[in-house]
Amino acid sequence: MSQVTVLGAWSSPYVYRVIWALKLKGVDYEYVEEDVLHNKSDRLLKYNPVHKKVPVLVHAGKPIAESAVILEYIEETWPQNPLLPKDPHERALARFWIKFGEDKFGALFGFFMTEGEQQVKATKERQEQLTILEEQGLGDKKFFGGDEIGMADLEFGWLAWWMDVMSELAGVKGIEAETFPRLHAWIQRFKDIPTIKEHLPDRSAMLTYFKGGRAILLASAKS
Amino acid sequence: MAKQNMVILYGTWTIPYVKRVELTLKVKDLRNKSPMLLKLNPIHKKVPVLVHNGKAITESLVIIEYIDETWKTGPRILPQDPYKRSQIRIWASYIQQVNEAMVMVLKTIGEAQENAIKEVSEKVKLLEAGLKGLFPDGIPSVDEYSKNVTLLDLVILANLGGYEAQEGVLGVKIIDSEKTPLIVSCITALIELPAVKESWMPDEKVVAFLKFFRENALNSAAA
Repeated sequence: MSQVTVLGAWSSPYVYRVIWALKLKGVDYEYVEEDVLHNKSDRLLKYNPVHKKVPVLVHAGKPIAESAVILEYIEETWPQNPLLPKDPHERALARFWIKFGEDKFGALFGFFMTEGEQQVKATKERQEQLTILEEQGLGDKKFFGGDEIGMADLEFGWLAWWMDVMSELAGVKGIEAETFPRLHAWIQRFKDIPTIKEHLPDRSAMLTYFKGGRAILLASAKS
Repeated sequence: MAKQNMVILYGTWTIPYVKRVELTLKVKDLRNKSPMLLKLNPIHKKVPVLVHNGKAITESLVIIEYIDETWKTGPRILPQDPYKRSQIRIWASYIQQVNEAMVMVLKTIGEAQENAIKEVSEKVKLLEAGLKGLFPDGIPSVDEYSKNVTLLDLVILANLGGYEAQEGVLGVKIIDSEKTPLIVSCITALIELPAVKESWMPDEKVVAFLKFFRENALNSAAA
């Protein structure tokens, strides 16, 4: 069995998507923590020379970067417990929402990088995107993937854990049951899945880490 | 004629993301398999939109994967090997960044344009390096391409194929045989494919469109 290695950072939702996918499929891997902010390893620079970012999946010595591409690779290489539906149209829909999640990340995250008037605007933008996600992406389904979780659920997994911490630190509302009943219910279901539950970063560590992160983001916005 | 199996692509020739899908359909040569209409008047807010069996799909890369998975006979746009697929997907998605940087060059003047040119030149340099890694034995010949064209080739062609017309409008070389020989070889070979040649826009039309686009952008920036 070929060696699988994940180069990651403990606080990154992009990294967790990859971890969740591997765990859901029962694939063993070696995890290597990278200090992406201060001291990128030679290994990371060798495996992702273009963007020098995590996550990187290394399988049988071959590196793959970009979480969305890694997830497709994992799905194709280990087909058990599929994360994409069989029907091409359903697959296209899942991929559409994954792309939506990537394209709208800035809009969903902007509230965390801003304050005052700008933050009010950014939070409004976030609510608009969450509304689209709730009404058109999730709709009446149990998960984005239907009755079982799929790749799109992993893409939005950060909303189930990171969003709450960030909202708290930024002094804005999280994803509440009154405003987003369906997303809120999805969050509870997602977090309850044993594999996910067992693989979430420590919340208090996140509070400390992202508090520092927000300070840096706000400071650099001013300069 | 029943709606079954009918394929309709909505878009305009001026948008590279539409062109990518049009080229894919032509390369797959679906004309004899499914009645296909190429509607060049955008009636949907976002293009390209592919409608098949009455169901709509958006996002050019999602559409292309859908086409490849739905019509399995004939040329495959993605190879079988998961690792090769991942490399093609990574670089195909990178082209969106190249495209956005290129559009900035068209929309700006003076110092802003100089900065935009610098940025796109760096991105194009990275792409060239990526191609070197993907094609260690050099770019395929027209003959080789006629047997096998990938998603990445079509995306390069659609987004960067008009580089000479662009040079005509801007008076600056961003893609040329000295700086980016592999990108140029790729485009030069692909344009010779019959499936491509028959729908390729003559340079004068592209130049006229780019001039119009640039004037428009500069006027609305000044307003």
